[in-house]
Amino acid sequence: MKKNQLKTILYHVLIGIIGIAMFYPVLWMLSSSFKVEGTIFRNAHNLIPEAFTLSNYVSGWAGFGGTHFGIFFRNSFIITLTATAGQIFTSAAVGYGFARIKFRGKAILFALVISTLLLPQQVVMIPQYIMFSFIGWINSYKPLILPRFFAMPFFIFLMYQFIQGIPKELDEAAKIDGCGVYSIFFRIILPNIKPALITTFIFQFYWTWQDFFGPLLYLQSADKYPVSLGLKLFSDPSTVTNWGGMFAMSVLSLLPVLIIFIVFQRYLVEGISTTGLKG
Amino acid sequence: MSTLVEKTKNLFTTKEIKEYDNLAGFLFISPWLIGFIAFTIIPMILSLVVSFTSYDVISTPEWVGLDNYIEIFTADSTFWSSIKITFFYAFVSVPLRLAFALFLAVLFNQKRKMVGLYRTLFYIPSVIGGSVAVAVMWRQLFGSSGALNSLLNAFFGMDIARSWIRHPQSALWTLIFLAIWQFGSPMLIFLAGLKQIPGSLYEAALIDGANWWQKFFKITIPMLSPVILFNLIMQIISGFMMFTQAYIITSGGPFDQTLVYVLYLFRRAFSYYEMGYASALAWILLVIVAIITVIIFKTAPHWVYYESKGEF
Repeated sequence: MKKNQLKTILYHVLIGIIGIAMFYPVLWMLSSSFKVEGTIFRNAHNLIPEAFTLSNYVSGWAGFGGTHFGIFFRNSFIITLTATAGQIFTSAAVGYGFARIKFRGKAILFALVISTLLLPQQVVMIPQYIMFSFIGWINSYKPLILPRFFAMPFFIFLMYQFIQGIPKELDEAAKIDGCGVYSIFFRIILPNIKPALITTFIFQFYWTWQDFFGPLLYLQSADKYPVSLGLKLFSDPSTVTNWGGMFAMSVLSLLPVLIIFIVFQRYLVEGISTTGLKG
Repeated sequence: MSTLVEKTKNLFTTKEIKEYDNLAGFLFISPWLIGFIAFTIIPMILSLVVSFTSYDVISTPEWVGLDNYIEIFTADSTFWSSIKITFFYAFVSVPLRLAFALFLAVLFNQKRKMVGLYRTLFYIPSVIGGSVAVAVMWRQLFGSSGALNSLLNAFFGMDIARSWIRHPQSALWTLIFLAIWQFGSPMLIFLAGLKQIPGSLYEAALIDGANWWQKFFKITIPMLSPVILFNLIMQIISGFMMFTQAYIITSGGPFDQTLVYVLYLFRRAFSYYEMGYASALAWILLVIVAIITVIIFKTAPHWVYYESKGEF
């Protein structure tokens, strides 16, 4: 009994030590955001501010040359929510097509989906850029949003896996009641794959919200920047360095992501475990 | 009687044929199919063609044949150094990340209090790790007057004035640390894999008097090896694609010591506007990734244990 208790204590102490090391950077960012500018890098390791202030949030929010963070956040939400909505609906439809409907060439096409799961996006980045600049979409949200309306293989696979798990008898029963393939999709499949829809929402939200590469390529004027590009402005040589503001806005930019994580983490764990794919 | 049999047979076959619904099938998969053609197939062909040209987006492309490829392989020392750096980054950070993920997955696979909470908390770095917010924080953390130097000074009396980001020997390691820090997703995948291992195996080993290490190396690792393989492939590929962190934290410096492949490609394409050259770099990257994937798959039978053949 004694030995077991010791083991339990050791277990939690070990995890505690790893946890502190792991969370130190995040806590450091949080505490720096409340430190008075000028004291951030004095005894930088301290997690408790010498004096607590909210001024970083005010000065950071003001942004750069009239473009404040309210605009960056609004832009991020516009891009992210539209792209995510497109992804959820189209990948569910495609997943249903592959999982439930028989049609010619299905096996080959599904093999293509799986093989492009591993295709590095960087290979198509340059020609996509050339194409989008050719049709005059540079400095607009279209290159960031539109491709998301064409179902990514990762999410098709996720939906496919989930739909496979729904008993076929449900479809059959609906068929007898006079449902066609379309109403089966809307009435039977969609309500039953809620976890997959939510998982898609979470991942697509994260990826779009945190995307830096896409906006960096396609957006030129600051008033169109999402938060990720806005944060980068803090460390540009042309701007006056405002480290406190940078930490404050960094913390704010992580809030939507963390809130979604806390609310939906059950689905996230399920989603990662069922597809075996990373997030 | 026979007509009835015939009738039902007919009914059956027509029903079978009816089950083939080409129109509905293609309608449902059309978002992917159209997107695949428009955003993957056409760009890939275009990219291959452009890689044989000299093209700066503004003027018309000029056909140069294999010149880009020849220059890359024979006259571009930055290409070779970026290959070296990217291989080092991917093949150091991924195994370390997976080892760390497995270590924690084993810890969290025990039935103890708080394990559920720990699992959730330890996943958080993975959730936020790819963000610009964490990247800009990381740069300050390892900066000359950042938290790391301050910690070393406070606890060990070490007075280090140098920036870990700006020092050629440590810059790449700050990026590797950031990669290891995001061990959450492989940890969750390993946890799911660990739960699939039948408890009877461990019970049998216990009867045979096996200790913890023997159980770990003779049961856990072999049973988990398909999952490990899968993670290894996926993460090495994403390791090769690393961009944002290098762009924000080190900008490829100092002295190009963290100029990873995609960052170099980006620089060629969007700083110098050498689209042809950069497209050739992109195709070489695709080939490298394909070769690595094949090698990992081919060597898999030597170290991956499949319980049922053909099943992944």
